[in-house]
Amino acid sequence: MSIRLESVSMVSMGESIINDVSLAVERGTMNVLLGPTLAGKTTLMRLMAGLDKPTSGRILDDGNDVTGVSVRERSVAMVYQEFVNYPSFTVYENIAAPLRRAKRLSAPQIDAKVRARAQMMHIDHLLHRLPSELSGGQQQRVALARALVKEAPLLLLDEPLVNLDYKLREELRSEIREIFRRGSTTVVYATTEPQEALLFGGNTIVLDAGRVLQCGPALEIYDRPATIRASQVFSDPPINLIRAVIGPQGCRLSPSVAFPLARHMRALPQGDYRVGVRADHIGLAGHAEYGRLIPAKVELAEINGSETYIHAGHGDFQMIAVLQGVHKFGLGDEINLYLDPRRLFVFDSAGNLVAAPGENAGGTGAH
Amino acid sequence: MALIEFENVAHSYLRSPARMEDYALRPMNLAWQDGGAYALLGASGSGKTTLLNIISGLLRPSAGRVRFDGRDVTDSSTVQRNIAQVFQFPVIYDTMTVFDNLAFPLRNRGVAAADVRSRVSEVAEMLDLTDHLRWRASGLAADEKQKVSLGRGLVRSDVSAILFDEPLTVIDPNLKWRLRRKLKEIHKRYNTTLIYVTHDQSEALTFADRVVVIHEGSVLQQGTPQELFETPIDRFVGYFIGSPGMNFLPCRLSGDGAEVVGQFVPLAATLLAKATQTTGLEIGIRPEAIGLSSSGSGLAVEIGDVEHLGTRNIATCRLGEHEIKVVVPPEQPILSERGILKFNPAMTRLYADGRLVG
Repeated sequence: MSIRLESVSMVSMGESIINDVSLAVERGTMNVLLGPTLAGKTTLMRLMAGLDKPTSGRILDDGNDVTGVSVRERSVAMVYQEFVNYPSFTVYENIAAPLRRAKRLSAPQIDAKVRARAQMMHIDHLLHRLPSELSGGQQQRVALARALVKEAPLLLLDEPLVNLDYKLREELRSEIREIFRRGSTTVVYATTEPQEALLFGGNTIVLDAGRVLQCGPALEIYDRPATIRASQVFSDPPINLIRAVIGPQGCRLSPSVAFPLARHMRALPQGDYRVGVRADHIGLAGHAEYGRLIPAKVELAEINGSETYIHAGHGDFQMIAVLQGVHKFGLGDEINLYLDPRRLFVFDSAGNLVAAPGENAGGTGAH
Repeated sequence: MALIEFENVAHSYLRSPARMEDYALRPMNLAWQDGGAYALLGASGSGKTTLLNIISGLLRPSAGRVRFDGRDVTDSSTVQRNIAQVFQFPVIYDTMTVFDNLAFPLRNRGVAAADVRSRVSEVAEMLDLTDHLRWRASGLAADEKQKVSLGRGLVRSDVSAILFDEPLTVIDPNLKWRLRRKLKEIHKRYNTTLIYVTHDQSEALTFADRVVVIHEGSVLQQGTPQELFETPIDRFVGYFIGSPGMNFLPCRLSGDGAEVVGQFVPLAATLLAKATQTTGLEIGIRPEAIGLSSSGSGLAVEIGDVEHLGTRNIATCRLGEHEIKVVVPPEQPILSERGILKFNPAMTRLYADGRLVG
């Protein structure tokens, strides 16, 4: 199934939730809706599913106008962040429920499908249990298996892994990725995490405050965020944004940090900019001869999975640098960070990308 | 502040426990040093809440003694133990102002008004609540309320310890790191014993100077975040700490190294000297401690899936029937389906029957 939204807006209690969104979700593709909390992801999914009717605009399903057509009349499956299962049904009956309701398959056919999906989600040894006897990760596997068993042409997943700890997330992410690689279902997956957009690949829709900021293949947006806001939404840890002045001598970030322009910045007119550098391009070791030293004071060393995020300050700007592995830093430790000017994104005063790493001189940035 | 000690403490929720499996907490000896910042890390059902409740006095253990600075407090209440607690969800009085909420634990103990004022303003300052002091708590957002709740836990300077039970659950992810930092600052400033319970590995490793890993009612390992990451005591800790977890590869000792699926991996002489058994051996190696190249000497593998994760790429390599995850810098292109792995010798560990040899 393909879904097309045309100038869709949604106003609820006087507040604009979705603001003039137009987008296309093509048949059989994996699509990631990436945006911070309250960006409008859930609302947009409910509109796609037909659970809500937009205030204005049209929703087309394979070219047919389905604006306001109830979800019951359409073949959509949805998985939510909370583990929604029937508490009094066994795992088996939870997965079988949509097939029993449809009344199209014989008992042996249902049995075969339930067992196949349970096996795929590694819960086939739990079929006789009740949801309350399962861990959070197992409960979400049941919800996923039930959504998949319907074989609906459109599958909507609303942050399905957000309530799980990182070990379970790690496992389920890889499994979901495999399933969608093999399948022919149209999938829309909402998340706040850039990592998930990169991991699932496919088409990424960057959403913020009810508007679409940018659309395209995940890596392409990651490498060329059109605006400061898009770069922020698509960075975890947060992208480092620093005020910069480009003058005849090069680029200056602070009274003590200045450097000659990297090749991709040379065609930029002199003036005030903001430069963005991702946390993995600031480090403790000099990036060969290109590294620019920034003395800084540690504010916190945050451990994330197997990475250490060093939050540090230099004068009035804050930076986050990422190191592989677990390292100890004390509050207030003085450290030397190195930044690689070849890795800078440059944004103009309106927040639009004017130069990106890896470009030749004179790239105009925004699409 | 106090040194907290467990002496053969065990707990079962059953009236007459018969087998080990009947215990939510299996017999343990543990010490929480005065002034330490601890995290108690475990999955749900691991026994961590049981352990916390035994420290606070909400639960009397079915066996063993609890001592604070040598004094037996096994039968003492939370108040008698002088423990402050912060829970997962805000515990505050909605009709009181923020100031009165923060002052409550002090006034309750008869602290003089002038001291209440100075202490409350200090805590409010630390938690960025100064502008809200006159507000009624009911008007605050969920995470502001939780900050007030944290403030109430932190406001008394005379407590034996402050216990935190997953206190940042309701906090917006963007605010979390700020509050983690606040808690570290507070710890540095007052040196109060802090015990922080969480199921979140990242949270535990960020917060604590020492992390206690609990699994199926037993403490598996207690150590600094770096120790847990670099020298996990067993397979479970190796898997549970770090994402992705440690790679384990069955091996056989051979000469000055080990043989893995017919290929040779050199091992440090000090490591080989520690191996007392010849069966059940595995090499444990972190994905971050492996280099992937296209030529040279090392372990020849097939490269399967590569996950792009922004700050790092993770390649899944195959060696016989074994999978090896390798962290690859995002700049490094992976062009071929075959590669050579080199293990960092300082980070290569040996395990026997799932337990760390060295």
